[in-house]
Amino acid sequence: MKHRAYLALEGITVSFPTRRGTFVAVKDIDLSIEKGQFVALIGHSGCGKSTLLNAIAGLVKPARGVVFLDGDVVDAPGPDRAMIFQDHSLLPWMTVEENVRLAVDQTTPGKSKAERRDWVLHNLELVQMAHAAGKRPGELSGGMKQRVGIARAIAMNPRVLLMDEPFGALDALTRASLQDAVMAIQAQLNSTVVMITHDVDEAVLLADRVVMMTNGPEAGIGEDMAIDLPRPRNRIEAADMPAYNHARHEVLHFLHQRFSNPVDRAA
Amino acid sequence: MNTQPISPDPLPQPASAVGTSNAKAKAEIIPHPRPPSAARLSEMAGPVPPISRLLAALPDRLRSAAATVLPTVVTLVALLVVWQVICGPEGSSLPSPLKIWTESHDLIVHPFKGVSLDFSGLHIAEGGDVGIAGHIIASLKRVAMGYGLAAIAGIALGILIGQSVIAYRALDPLFQVLRTIPPLAWLPISLAIFQQAAPSTVFLIFITAIWPVILNTAAGVQAMPPTYRNVARVLALSPTTYFFRIMLPATVPYMFTGLRISVGMSWLAIVAAEMVQGGTGIGFFIWDSYNSSLLTDTIVALVWIGMVGFTLDRLVAWIGRRIAHQA
Repeated sequence: MKHRAYLALEGITVSFPTRRGTFVAVKDIDLSIEKGQFVALIGHSGCGKSTLLNAIAGLVKPARGVVFLDGDVVDAPGPDRAMIFQDHSLLPWMTVEENVRLAVDQTTPGKSKAERRDWVLHNLELVQMAHAAGKRPGELSGGMKQRVGIARAIAMNPRVLLMDEPFGALDALTRASLQDAVMAIQAQLNSTVVMITHDVDEAVLLADRVVMMTNGPEAGIGEDMAIDLPRPRNRIEAADMPAYNHARHEVLHFLHQRFSNPVDRAA
Repeated sequence: MNTQPISPDPLPQPASAVGTSNAKAKAEIIPHPRPPSAARLSEMAGPVPPISRLLAALPDRLRSAAATVLPTVVTLVALLVVWQVICGPEGSSLPSPLKIWTESHDLIVHPFKGVSLDFSGLHIAEGGDVGIAGHIIASLKRVAMGYGLAAIAGIALGILIGQSVIAYRALDPLFQVLRTIPPLAWLPISLAIFQQAAPSTVFLIFITAIWPVILNTAAGVQAMPPTYRNVARVLALSPTTYFFRIMLPATVPYMFTGLRISVGMSWLAIVAAEMVQGGTGIGFFIWDSYNSSLLTDTIVALVWIGMVGFTLDRLVAWIGRRIAHQA
Protein backbone atom coordinates (compact mmCIF):
# COMPACT_ATOMS: atom_id res chain seq x y z
CA MET A 1 0.00 0.00 0.00
CA LYS A 2 1.38 3.35 -0.97
CA HIS A 3 2.06 5.96 1.63
CA ARG A 4 -0.69 8.50 1.93
CA ALA A 5 0.11 11.92 3.38
CA TYR A 6 -1.53 13.23 6.57
CA LEU A 7 -3.84 15.42 4.50
CA ALA A 8 -4.25 14.07 1.00
CA LEU A 9 -6.38 15.44 -1.82
CA GLU A 10 -6.72 12.91 -4.59
CA GLY A 11 -8.16 13.92 -7.93
CA ILE A 12 -10.45 16.59 -6.52
CA THR A 13 -12.87 18.11 -9.01
CA VAL A 14 -15.52 20.51 -7.78
CA SER A 15 -18.30 21.76 -10.00
CA PHE A 16 -21.40 23.87 -9.47
CA PRO A 17 -24.60 23.78 -11.46
CA THR A 18 -25.35 27.14 -13.09
CA ARG A 19 -27.99 28.33 -15.49
CA ARG A 20 -25.61 27.84 -18.40
CA GLY A 21 -24.65 24.34 -17.39
CA THR A 22 -22.03 22.94 -15.09
CA PHE A 23 -19.24 25.21 -13.94
CA VAL A 24 -16.08 23.32 -13.08
CA ALA A 25 -14.24 25.38 -10.48
CA VAL A 26 -11.24 23.16 -9.82
CA LYS A 27 -10.21 20.04 -11.70
CA ASP A 28 -8.16 16.97 -10.84
CA ILE A 29 -6.28 18.42 -7.91
CA ASP A 30 -3.75 16.23 -6.15
CA LEU A 31 -2.13 17.64 -3.07
CA SER A 32 -0.30 15.94 -0.23
CA ILE A 33 0.37 17.78 2.99
CA GLU A 34 2.40 16.32 5.83
CA LYS A 35 1.61 16.75 9.47
CA GLY A 36 2.85 20.04 10.88
CA GLN A 37 3.26 21.61 7.45
CA PHE A 38 2.12 25.15 6.74
CA VAL A 39 0.80 25.43 3.20
CA ALA A 40 -0.26 28.65 1.52
CA LEU A 41 -2.64 28.53 -1.44
CA ILE A 42 -2.22 31.55 -3.68
CA GLY A 43 -3.89 32.57 -6.90
CA HIS A 44 -6.05 35.23 -8.48
CA SER A 45 -9.62 35.89 -7.39
CA GLY A 46 -11.99 33.27 -8.72
CA CYS A 47 -9.33 30.62 -9.20
CA GLY A 48 -11.07 28.20 -6.90
CA LYS A 49 -8.87 28.53 -3.83
CA SER A 50 -11.84 28.91 -1.51
CA THR A 51 -13.63 26.07 -3.24
CA LEU A 52 -10.66 23.83 -2.61
CA LEU A 53 -10.49 24.88 1.04
CA ASN A 54 -14.23 24.29 1.43
CA ALA A 55 -13.76 20.83 -0.01
CA ILE A 56 -11.16 20.08 2.67
CA ALA A 57 -13.54 21.50 5.27
CA GLY A 58 -16.34 19.34 3.92
CA LEU A 59 -18.51 22.38 3.24
CA VAL A 60 -18.70 21.49 -0.46
CA LYS A 61 -18.77 17.99 -1.85
CA PRO A 62 -16.35 17.31 -4.68
CA ALA A 63 -17.87 15.92 -7.86
CA ARG A 64 -14.91 13.58 -8.14
CA GLY A 65 -12.01 12.70 -5.91
CA VAL A 66 -11.48 12.14 -2.22
CA VAL A 67 -9.99 14.11 0.64
CA PHE A 68 -8.21 11.99 3.24
CA LEU A 69 -7.30 13.36 6.63
CA ASP A 70 -5.10 11.07 8.70
CA GLY A 71 -6.49 8.13 6.77
CA ASP A 72 -10.16 9.09 7.21
CA VAL A 73 -12.32 10.12 4.28
CA VAL A 74 -13.69 13.66 4.63
CA ASP A 75 -17.36 13.77 3.68
CA ALA A 76 -18.91 16.33 6.03
CA PRO A 77 -17.81 19.42 7.92
CA GLY A 78 -16.49 18.82 11.39
CA PRO A 79 -14.59 20.51 14.19
CA ASP A 80 -11.44 18.48 13.44
CA ARG A 81 -11.01 20.83 10.46
CA ALA A 82 -11.34 24.20 12.13
CA MET A 83 -11.89 27.11 9.82
CA ILE A 84 -10.83 30.71 10.26
CA PHE A 85 -13.03 32.88 8.09
CA GLN A 86 -12.01 36.12 6.43
CA ASP A 87 -14.87 37.99 8.11
CA HIS A 88 -14.02 36.29 11.45
CA SER A 89 -17.67 35.13 11.74
CA LEU A 90 -17.89 35.69 15.46
CA LEU A 91 -21.45 35.68 16.71
CA PRO A 92 -22.17 39.28 17.74
CA TRP A 93 -24.65 38.40 20.49
CA MET A 94 -22.10 36.34 22.39
CA THR A 95 -19.11 37.57 24.35
CA VAL A 96 -15.63 36.64 23.24
CA GLU A 97 -15.55 33.93 25.88
CA GLU A 98 -18.94 32.55 24.83
CA ASN A 99 -17.90 32.46 21.19
CA VAL A 100 -14.87 30.34 22.00
CA ARG A 101 -16.87 28.38 24.54
CA LEU A 102 -19.40 27.34 21.88
CA ALA A 103 -16.57 25.68 19.96
CA VAL A 104 -15.05 24.17 23.09
CA ASP A 105 -18.37 22.67 24.20
CA GLN A 106 -18.61 20.90 20.86
CA THR A 107 -15.14 19.40 21.03
CA THR A 108 -14.53 18.46 24.66
CA PRO A 109 -17.18 15.94 25.67
CA GLY A 110 -16.80 14.65 29.19
CA LYS A 111 -14.84 17.63 30.48
CA SER A 112 -16.07 19.53 33.50
CA LYS A 113 -17.30 23.10 33.27
CA ALA A 114 -14.23 24.41 35.05
CA GLU A 115 -11.90 22.54 32.72
CA ARG A 116 -13.69 23.92 29.69
CA ARG A 117 -13.51 27.43 31.06
CA ASP A 118 -9.79 27.08 31.70
CA TRP A 119 -9.27 25.77 28.19
CA VAL A 120 -11.17 28.73 26.72
CA LEU A 121 -9.08 31.20 28.69
CA HIS A 122 -5.88 29.36 27.85
CA ASN A 123 -6.61 29.72 24.15
CA LEU A 124 -7.57 33.34 24.51
CA GLU A 125 -4.22 33.89 26.23
CA LEU A 126 -2.43 32.29 23.29
CA VAL A 127 -3.80 35.05 21.05
CA GLN A 128 -3.39 37.68 23.80
CA MET A 129 -7.11 38.27 24.07
CA ALA A 130 -7.82 37.01 27.59
CA HIS A 131 -8.33 40.62 28.71
CA ALA A 132 -11.35 40.94 26.40
CA ALA A 133 -13.09 37.71 27.44
CA GLY A 134 -16.20 39.53 28.62
CA LYS A 135 -16.51 41.85 25.64
CA ARG A 136 -18.72 41.45 22.62
CA PRO A 137 -17.24 41.36 19.11
CA GLY A 138 -18.79 44.75 18.36
CA GLU A 139 -16.51 46.32 20.95
CA LEU A 140 -13.33 44.97 19.34
CA SER A 141 -11.17 46.14 16.46
CA GLY A 142 -10.88 44.05 13.30
CA GLY A 143 -7.53 42.62 14.33
CA MET A 144 -8.78 41.69 17.79
CA LYS A 145 -11.83 39.98 16.31
CA GLN A 146 -9.64 37.90 14.07
CA ARG A 147 -7.46 36.97 17.07
CA VAL A 148 -10.59 35.64 18.73
CA GLY A 149 -11.45 33.81 15.50
CA ILE A 150 -8.03 32.15 15.70
CA ALA A 151 -8.56 31.29 19.37
CA ARG A 152 -11.91 29.71 18.55
CA ALA A 153 -10.30 27.59 15.85
CA ILE A 154 -7.29 26.37 17.84
CA ALA A 155 -9.45 25.73 20.91
CA MET A 156 -11.13 22.97 18.92
CA ASN A 157 -7.81 21.07 18.83
CA PRO A 158 -8.24 20.55 15.10
CA ARG A 159 -6.28 18.05 13.08
CA VAL A 160 -5.88 20.70 10.43
CA LEU A 161 -6.37 24.45 10.59
CA LEU A 162 -7.99 26.02 7.53
CA MET A 163 -7.66 29.75 6.98
CA ASP A 164 -9.65 31.52 4.29
CA GLU A 165 -7.80 34.79 3.67
CA PRO A 166 -7.65 35.34 7.42
CA PHE A 167 -6.03 38.77 7.26
CA GLY A 168 -7.52 40.03 4.01
CA ALA A 169 -9.73 42.58 5.69
CA LEU A 170 -7.04 44.05 7.95
CA ASP A 171 -4.69 46.97 7.49
CA ALA A 172 -1.04 46.22 6.79
CA LEU A 173 0.27 46.87 10.31
CA THR A 174 -2.42 44.83 12.05
CA ARG A 175 -1.92 42.12 9.49
CA ALA A 176 1.79 41.91 10.30
CA SER A 177 1.16 41.51 14.01
CA LEU A 178 -1.42 38.79 13.38
CA GLN A 179 0.95 37.00 11.04
CA ASP A 180 3.54 37.00 13.81
CA ALA A 181 0.94 35.65 16.22
CA VAL A 182 0.00 32.85 13.83
CA MET A 183 3.67 31.93 13.29
CA ALA A 184 4.24 31.79 17.04
CA ILE A 185 1.16 29.65 17.64
CA GLN A 186 1.95 27.31 14.79
CA ALA A 187 5.47 26.82 16.11
CA GLN A 188 4.13 26.11 19.58
CA LEU A 189 1.33 23.71 18.57
CA ASN A 190 2.95 22.27 15.44
CA SER A 191 -0.40 22.66 13.67
CA THR A 192 -1.02 21.57 10.13
CA VAL A 193 -2.24 24.66 8.32
CA VAL A 194 -3.76 25.35 4.93
CA MET A 195 -4.08 29.09 4.33
CA ILE A 196 -5.54 30.96 1.39
CA THR A 197 -3.96 34.29 0.66
CA HIS A 198 -3.63 36.97 -1.98
CA ASP A 199 -0.53 38.39 -0.39
CA VAL A 200 2.80 37.18 -1.78
CA ASP A 201 4.82 38.31 1.24
CA GLU A 202 2.41 36.66 3.61
CA ALA A 203 2.60 33.39 1.71
CA VAL A 204 6.39 33.33 1.58
CA LEU A 205 6.92 34.48 5.16
CA LEU A 206 4.45 32.11 6.80
CA ALA A 207 4.42 28.98 4.70
CA ASP A 208 6.64 25.95 4.28
CA ARG A 209 5.12 25.49 0.86
CA VAL A 210 3.42 27.88 -1.51
CA VAL A 211 0.93 26.19 -3.81
CA MET A 212 0.17 28.44 -6.79
CA MET A 213 -3.07 27.91 -8.61
CA THR A 214 -3.82 28.52 -12.27
CA ASN A 215 -6.81 30.63 -13.24
CA GLY A 216 -10.27 29.11 -13.34
CA PRO A 217 -12.48 27.66 -14.57
CA GLU A 218 -11.02 24.17 -14.25
CA ALA A 219 -8.23 25.59 -12.15
CA GLY A 220 -5.37 23.38 -11.15
CA ILE A 221 -2.06 23.58 -9.34
CA GLY A 222 0.45 25.46 -11.45
CA GLU A 223 3.44 25.34 -9.16
CA ASP A 224 4.22 23.89 -5.76
CA MET A 225 7.24 25.56 -4.23
CA ALA A 226 9.00 24.75 -0.97
CA ILE A 227 10.19 27.75 1.04
CA ASP A 228 13.53 26.90 2.62
CA LEU A 229 13.82 29.51 5.29
CA PRO A 230 14.88 28.73 8.83
CA ARG A 231 12.31 29.04 11.63
CA PRO A 232 11.53 31.00 13.69
CA ARG A 233 11.23 33.55 10.92
CA ASN A 234 11.45 37.25 11.37
CA ARG A 235 10.04 39.57 8.76
CA ILE A 236 12.92 42.03 9.00
CA GLU A 237 15.67 39.44 8.75
CA ALA A 238 13.83 37.54 6.05
CA ALA A 239 13.75 40.58 3.83
CA ASP A 240 17.54 40.39 3.56
CA MET A 241 17.70 36.67 2.80
CA PRO A 242 18.34 35.65 -0.80
CA ALA A 243 16.09 32.59 -0.39
CA TYR A 244 13.20 34.79 0.70
CA ASN A 245 13.61 37.19 -2.16
CA HIS A 246 14.03 34.38 -4.63
CA ALA A 247 10.83 32.71 -3.48
CA ARG A 248 9.00 36.00 -3.54
CA HIS A 249 10.20 36.64 -7.06
CA GLU A 250 9.08 33.20 -8.19
CA VAL A 251 5.56 33.72 -6.86
CA LEU A 252 5.30 37.19 -8.38
CA HIS A 253 6.50 35.86 -11.69
CA PHE A 254 3.90 33.10 -11.58
CA LEU A 255 1.04 35.42 -10.65
CA HIS A 256 1.82 38.34 -12.89
CA GLN A 257 3.51 36.83 -15.91
CA ARG A 258 2.70 33.18 -16.37
CA PHE A 259 -0.85 33.40 -15.05
CA SER A 260 -1.75 37.04 -14.90
CA ASN A 261 -5.14 38.21 -13.73
CA PRO A 262 -7.79 37.02 -16.20
CA VAL A 263 -9.63 40.35 -15.99
CA ASP A 264 -6.51 42.32 -16.92
CA ARG A 265 -5.79 40.03 -19.82
CA ALA A 266 -9.28 40.38 -21.21
CA ALA A 267 -9.06 44.17 -21.09
CA MET B 1 -25.71 76.41 24.65
CA ASN B 2 -23.16 76.93 21.97
CA THR B 3 -24.61 75.75 18.69
CA GLN B 4 -22.20 77.60 16.46
CA PRO B 5 -19.54 75.47 14.76
CA ILE B 6 -16.07 76.01 16.15
CA SER B 7 -14.02 77.67 13.45
CA PRO B 8 -10.63 76.14 12.66
CA ASP B 9 -7.58 77.74 14.15
CA PRO B 10 -6.20 80.65 12.18
CA LEU B 11 -3.17 79.46 10.25
CA PRO B 12 0.14 80.04 11.98
CA GLN B 13 1.82 83.05 10.49
CA PRO B 14 4.57 82.15 8.05
CA ALA B 15 8.01 83.24 9.29
CA SER B 16 8.36 85.93 6.61
CA ALA B 17 5.21 87.67 7.82
CA VAL B 18 6.78 88.23 11.20
CA GLY B 19 8.87 90.69 9.27
CA THR B 20 12.15 91.73 10.85
CA SER B 21 15.63 90.43 10.11
CA ASN B 22 15.78 88.30 13.24
CA ALA B 23 12.42 86.71 12.37
CA LYS B 24 13.91 83.23 12.70
CA ALA B 25 14.96 83.76 16.27
CA LYS B 26 11.66 85.33 17.18
CA ALA B 27 9.40 82.84 15.37
CA GLU B 28 7.29 81.18 17.94
CA ILE B 29 6.32 77.55 17.71
CA ILE B 30 2.58 77.38 17.80
CA PRO B 31 1.37 74.09 19.18
CA HIS B 32 -1.21 72.43 16.96
CA PRO B 33 -4.04 72.29 17.81
CA ARG B 34 -3.97 75.45 19.89
CA PRO B 35 -5.60 74.82 23.27
CA PRO B 36 -8.94 76.59 23.36
CA SER B 37 -9.05 79.40 25.82
CA ALA B 38 -12.17 80.74 27.47
CA ALA B 39 -11.75 84.08 25.74
CA ARG B 40 -11.53 82.52 22.30
CA LEU B 41 -14.53 80.29 22.89
CA SER B 42 -16.77 83.16 23.90
CA GLU B 43 -15.50 85.18 20.99
CA MET B 44 -16.49 82.38 18.60
CA ALA B 45 -19.87 81.70 20.13
CA GLY B 46 -21.46 84.92 18.96
CA PRO B 47 -24.71 86.31 20.36
CA VAL B 48 -26.58 83.82 22.57
CA PRO B 49 -30.24 83.27 21.60
CA PRO B 50 -32.56 84.09 24.54
CA ILE B 51 -34.03 80.58 24.91
CA SER B 52 -30.54 79.14 25.17
CA ARG B 53 -29.67 81.64 27.87
CA LEU B 54 -32.72 80.53 29.80
CA LEU B 55 -31.74 76.89 29.45
CA ALA B 56 -28.15 77.60 30.38
CA ALA B 57 -29.27 78.42 33.91
CA LEU B 58 -30.44 74.81 34.45
CA PRO B 59 -28.20 71.91 35.48
CA ASP B 60 -26.88 69.82 32.58
CA ARG B 61 -29.19 66.81 32.76
CA LEU B 62 -32.30 68.84 33.25
CA ARG B 63 -31.24 71.07 30.41
CA SER B 64 -30.85 68.22 27.93
CA ALA B 65 -34.19 66.76 29.03
CA ALA B 66 -35.86 70.13 28.60
CA ALA B 67 -34.27 70.59 25.19
CA THR B 68 -35.79 67.27 24.09
CA VAL B 69 -39.25 67.78 25.52
CA LEU B 70 -39.68 71.50 25.00
CA PRO B 71 -40.33 71.48 21.23
CA THR B 72 -43.06 68.83 21.70
CA VAL B 73 -44.71 70.76 24.49
CA VAL B 74 -44.60 74.01 22.53
CA THR B 75 -46.17 72.36 19.48
CA LEU B 76 -48.86 70.78 21.61
CA VAL B 77 -49.76 74.05 23.32
CA ALA B 78 -49.80 75.88 19.99
CA LEU B 79 -52.14 73.29 18.49
CA LEU B 80 -54.50 73.52 21.45
CA VAL B 81 -54.55 77.30 21.19
CA VAL B 82 -55.29 77.22 17.46
CA TRP B 83 -58.00 74.62 18.05
CA GLN B 84 -59.53 76.73 20.79
CA VAL B 85 -59.49 79.84 18.63
CA ILE B 86 -61.10 78.11 15.65
CA CYS B 87 -63.68 76.01 17.53
CA GLY B 88 -64.23 78.34 20.49
CA PRO B 89 -67.19 80.37 19.11
CA GLU B 90 -70.76 79.13 19.77
CA GLY B 91 -72.20 76.87 17.09
CA SER B 92 -68.93 75.25 16.07
CA SER B 93 -69.47 71.68 14.93
CA LEU B 94 -66.31 70.45 16.68
CA PRO B 95 -66.02 71.03 20.44
CA SER B 96 -63.11 73.18 21.57
CA PRO B 97 -60.52 71.97 24.13
CA LEU B 98 -62.12 74.04 26.94
CA LYS B 99 -65.56 72.66 26.13
CA ILE B 100 -64.15 69.11 26.21
CA TRP B 101 -62.65 69.82 29.62
CA THR B 102 -65.95 71.04 31.10
CA GLU B 103 -68.32 68.56 29.43
CA SER B 104 -66.22 65.43 29.82
CA HIS B 105 -64.75 66.43 33.16
CA ASP B 106 -65.83 63.27 34.96
CA LEU B 107 -64.53 61.04 32.22
CA ILE B 108 -61.16 62.75 32.24
CA VAL B 109 -60.56 62.85 35.98
CA HIS B 110 -62.08 59.46 36.89
CA PRO B 111 -60.63 57.04 34.36
CA PHE B 112 -60.61 54.16 36.84
CA LYS B 113 -64.29 54.27 37.70
CA GLY B 114 -65.65 50.73 38.03
CA VAL B 115 -62.20 49.19 37.99
CA SER B 116 -60.97 47.47 41.13
CA LEU B 117 -57.86 45.54 41.93
CA ASP B 118 -57.65 42.84 44.61
CA PHE B 119 -55.95 39.48 45.25
CA SER B 120 -57.92 37.71 42.58
CA GLY B 121 -56.95 40.22 39.92
CA LEU B 122 -58.43 43.09 38.05
CA HIS B 123 -62.20 43.54 38.07
CA ILE B 124 -64.28 45.65 35.75
CA ALA B 125 -67.84 46.46 36.79
CA GLU B 126 -70.59 44.87 34.70
CA GLY B 127 -73.01 46.91 32.69
CA GLY B 128 -70.73 49.22 30.80
CA ASP B 129 -70.82 52.12 33.26
CA VAL B 130 -67.07 52.18 33.78
CA GLY B 131 -64.31 54.75 33.40
CA ILE B 132 -62.28 54.95 30.25
CA ALA B 133 -59.42 52.89 31.74
CA GLY B 134 -61.92 50.06 32.23
CA HIS B 135 -62.68 50.05 28.53
CA ILE B 136 -59.00 50.26 27.66
CA ILE B 137 -58.24 47.30 29.92
CA ALA B 138 -61.02 45.24 28.34
CA SER B 139 -59.59 46.02 24.91
CA LEU B 140 -56.02 45.31 25.99
CA LYS B 141 -57.05 41.86 27.24
CA ARG B 142 -58.42 41.00 23.82
CA VAL B 143 -55.34 42.40 22.12
CA ALA B 144 -53.07 40.42 24.44
CA MET B 145 -54.77 37.17 23.45
CA GLY B 146 -54.96 37.81 19.74
CA TYR B 147 -51.52 39.36 19.53
CA GLY B 148 -49.94 36.68 21.70
CA LEU B 149 -51.30 33.93 19.46
CA ALA B 150 -50.23 35.85 16.37
CA ALA B 151 -46.71 36.28 17.74
CA ILE B 152 -46.29 32.58 18.47
CA ALA B 153 -47.83 31.35 15.22
CA GLY B 154 -46.18 34.13 13.21
CA ILE B 155 -42.67 33.38 14.46
CA ALA B 156 -43.13 29.66 13.86
CA LEU B 157 -44.47 30.15 10.34
CA GLY B 158 -41.84 32.81 9.59
CA ILE B 159 -39.02 30.46 10.56
CA LEU B 160 -40.61 27.71 8.49
CA ILE B 161 -40.83 29.72 5.29
CA GLY B 162 -37.48 31.39 5.96
CA GLN B 163 -35.74 28.04 6.30
CA SER B 164 -37.38 25.97 3.62
CA VAL B 165 -37.50 27.04 0.01
CA ILE B 166 -40.40 24.68 -0.66
CA ALA B 167 -42.44 26.06 2.23
CA TYR B 168 -41.62 29.57 1.04
CA ARG B 169 -42.87 28.87 -2.48
CA ALA B 170 -45.95 27.12 -1.15
CA LEU B 171 -47.02 29.69 1.41
CA ASP B 172 -45.55 33.08 0.59
CA PRO B 173 -47.93 33.95 -2.30
CA LEU B 174 -50.86 33.00 -0.10
CA PHE B 175 -49.61 35.21 2.73
CA GLN B 176 -48.97 38.09 0.37
CA VAL B 177 -52.61 38.00 -0.75
CA LEU B 178 -54.13 37.43 2.66
CA ARG B 179 -52.20 40.22 4.35
CA THR B 180 -53.83 42.86 2.18
CA ILE B 181 -57.34 42.03 3.43
CA PRO B 182 -58.52 44.75 5.82
CA PRO B 183 -59.31 43.59 9.37
CA LEU B 184 -63.02 44.40 9.20
CA ALA B 185 -63.45 42.34 6.05
CA TRP B 186 -62.65 39.27 8.16
CA LEU B 187 -65.44 40.01 10.61
CA PRO B 188 -68.33 38.24 8.80
CA ILE B 189 -66.18 35.14 8.27
CA SER B 190 -64.97 35.28 11.82
CA LEU B 191 -68.52 35.54 13.22
CA ALA B 192 -69.64 32.72 10.97
CA ILE B 193 -66.85 30.47 12.19
CA PHE B 194 -67.04 31.18 15.91
CA GLN B 195 -70.74 32.12 16.29
CA GLN B 196 -69.74 34.29 19.27
CA ALA B 197 -68.47 37.79 19.70
CA ALA B 198 -65.53 37.20 22.06
CA PRO B 199 -63.56 34.61 20.06
CA SER B 200 -64.30 36.44 16.80
CA THR B 201 -62.69 39.59 18.12
CA VAL B 202 -59.60 37.67 19.19
CA PHE B 203 -59.47 35.99 15.80
CA LEU B 204 -59.73 39.37 14.12
CA ILE B 205 -56.73 40.67 16.07
CA PHE B 206 -54.86 37.48 15.33
CA ILE B 207 -55.47 37.58 11.58
CA THR B 208 -54.54 41.26 11.41
CA ALA B 209 -51.37 40.99 13.47
CA ILE B 210 -49.86 37.80 12.15
CA TRP B 211 -48.63 38.90 8.70
CA PRO B 212 -45.89 41.35 9.63
CA VAL B 213 -44.52 38.82 12.14
CA ILE B 214 -44.40 36.04 9.55
CA LEU B 215 -42.88 38.12 6.81
CA ASN B 216 -40.28 39.87 8.95
CA THR B 217 -39.21 36.69 10.71
CA ALA B 218 -38.84 34.97 7.35
CA ALA B 219 -36.80 37.90 6.04
CA GLY B 220 -34.61 37.70 9.14
CA VAL B 221 -33.90 34.01 8.64
CA GLN B 222 -33.14 34.58 4.97
CA ALA B 223 -30.89 37.55 5.72
CA MET B 224 -28.73 35.59 8.12
CA PRO B 225 -25.12 35.79 6.93
CA PRO B 226 -24.17 32.48 5.31
CA THR B 227 -20.99 32.38 7.37
CA TYR B 228 -23.02 31.81 10.53
CA ARG B 229 -24.37 28.69 8.90
CA ASN B 230 -20.85 27.66 7.97
CA VAL B 231 -19.68 28.23 11.55
CA ALA B 232 -22.48 25.98 12.73
CA ARG B 233 -21.55 23.33 10.18
CA VAL B 234 -17.85 23.41 11.01
CA LEU B 235 -18.66 23.19 14.72
CA ALA B 236 -21.13 20.40 13.91
CA LEU B 237 -23.78 22.00 16.11
CA SER B 238 -26.89 19.97 16.77
CA PRO B 239 -30.12 21.29 15.20
CA THR B 240 -31.38 22.46 18.61
CA THR B 241 -28.16 24.27 19.49
CA TYR B 242 -28.12 25.81 16.04
CA PHE B 243 -31.69 26.95 16.40
CA PHE B 244 -31.42 28.48 19.87
CA ARG B 245 -27.87 29.81 19.82
CA ILE B 246 -27.50 30.98 16.24
CA MET B 247 -30.68 31.27 14.21
CA LEU B 248 -32.96 32.69 16.86
CA PRO B 249 -30.55 35.41 18.08
CA ALA B 250 -29.64 36.30 14.49
CA THR B 251 -33.31 36.74 13.65
CA VAL B 252 -34.44 38.60 16.78
CA PRO B 253 -34.03 42.13 15.41
CA TYR B 254 -36.16 41.33 12.36
CA MET B 255 -38.67 39.47 14.48
CA PHE B 256 -39.16 42.49 16.67
CA THR B 257 -39.58 44.77 13.70
CA GLY B 258 -42.50 42.56 12.74
CA LEU B 259 -43.83 42.36 16.29
CA ARG B 260 -43.70 46.14 16.57
CA ILE B 261 -45.65 46.71 13.36
CA SER B 262 -48.08 44.04 14.49
CA VAL B 263 -48.82 45.54 17.86
CA GLY B 264 -49.83 48.78 16.17
CA MET B 265 -52.01 46.95 13.70
CA SER B 266 -53.75 44.89 16.35
CA TRP B 267 -54.56 48.08 18.24
CA LEU B 268 -56.06 49.48 15.04
CA ALA B 269 -58.07 46.31 14.56
CA ILE B 270 -59.45 46.12 18.09
CA VAL B 271 -61.02 49.53 17.87
CA ALA B 272 -62.65 48.69 14.55
CA ALA B 273 -63.84 45.31 15.77
CA GLU B 274 -65.38 46.58 18.98
CA MET B 275 -67.23 49.32 17.19
CA VAL B 276 -69.19 46.65 15.42
CA GLN B 277 -69.44 44.33 18.33
CA GLY B 278 -70.57 46.24 21.39
CA GLY B 279 -70.41 45.49 25.11
CA THR B 280 -67.14 46.75 26.54
CA GLY B 281 -63.91 48.03 25.11
CA ILE B 282 -62.63 51.33 23.85
CA GLY B 283 -63.99 50.79 20.35
CA PHE B 284 -67.43 50.21 21.75
CA PHE B 285 -67.05 53.29 23.93
CA ILE B 286 -66.35 55.49 20.92
CA TRP B 287 -69.32 54.16 19.00
CA ASP B 288 -71.51 54.48 22.04
CA SER B 289 -70.49 58.06 22.81
CA TYR B 290 -70.98 59.04 19.17
CA ASN B 291 -74.50 57.55 19.18
CA SER B 292 -75.25 59.43 22.39
CA SER B 293 -74.00 62.67 20.77
CA LEU B 294 -71.22 62.95 23.37
CA LEU B 295 -68.57 64.10 20.94
CA THR B 296 -66.36 65.41 23.73
CA ASP B 297 -66.18 61.90 25.21
CA THR B 298 -65.16 60.54 21.81
CA ILE B 299 -62.29 62.99 21.65
CA VAL B 300 -61.09 61.99 25.12
CA ALA B 301 -61.20 58.35 24.01
CA LEU B 302 -59.15 59.19 20.91
CA VAL B 303 -56.44 60.71 23.06
CA TRP B 304 -56.38 57.59 25.22
CA ILE B 305 -56.20 55.29 22.22
CA GLY B 306 -53.28 57.22 20.83
CA MET B 307 -51.42 57.19 24.13
CA VAL B 308 -51.97 53.48 24.67
CA GLY B 309 -50.97 52.65 21.09
CA PHE B 310 -47.81 54.69 21.51
CA THR B 311 -47.02 52.95 24.80
CA LEU B 312 -47.54 49.50 23.29
CA ASP B 313 -45.21 50.35 20.42
CA ARG B 314 -42.51 51.59 22.77
CA LEU B 315 -42.96 48.61 25.07
CA VAL B 316 -42.40 46.10 22.27
CA ALA B 317 -39.43 48.09 20.98
CA TRP B 318 -37.95 48.15 24.48
CA ILE B 319 -38.41 44.40 24.97
CA GLY B 320 -36.82 43.84 21.57
CA ARG B 321 -33.80 45.90 22.55
CA ARG B 322 -33.44 44.11 25.87
CA ILE B 323 -33.58 40.70 24.22
CA ALA B 324 -31.24 41.66 21.42
CA HIS B 325 -28.67 42.78 23.98
CA GLN B 326 -28.93 39.65 26.03
CA ALA B 327 -29.37 36.96 23.43
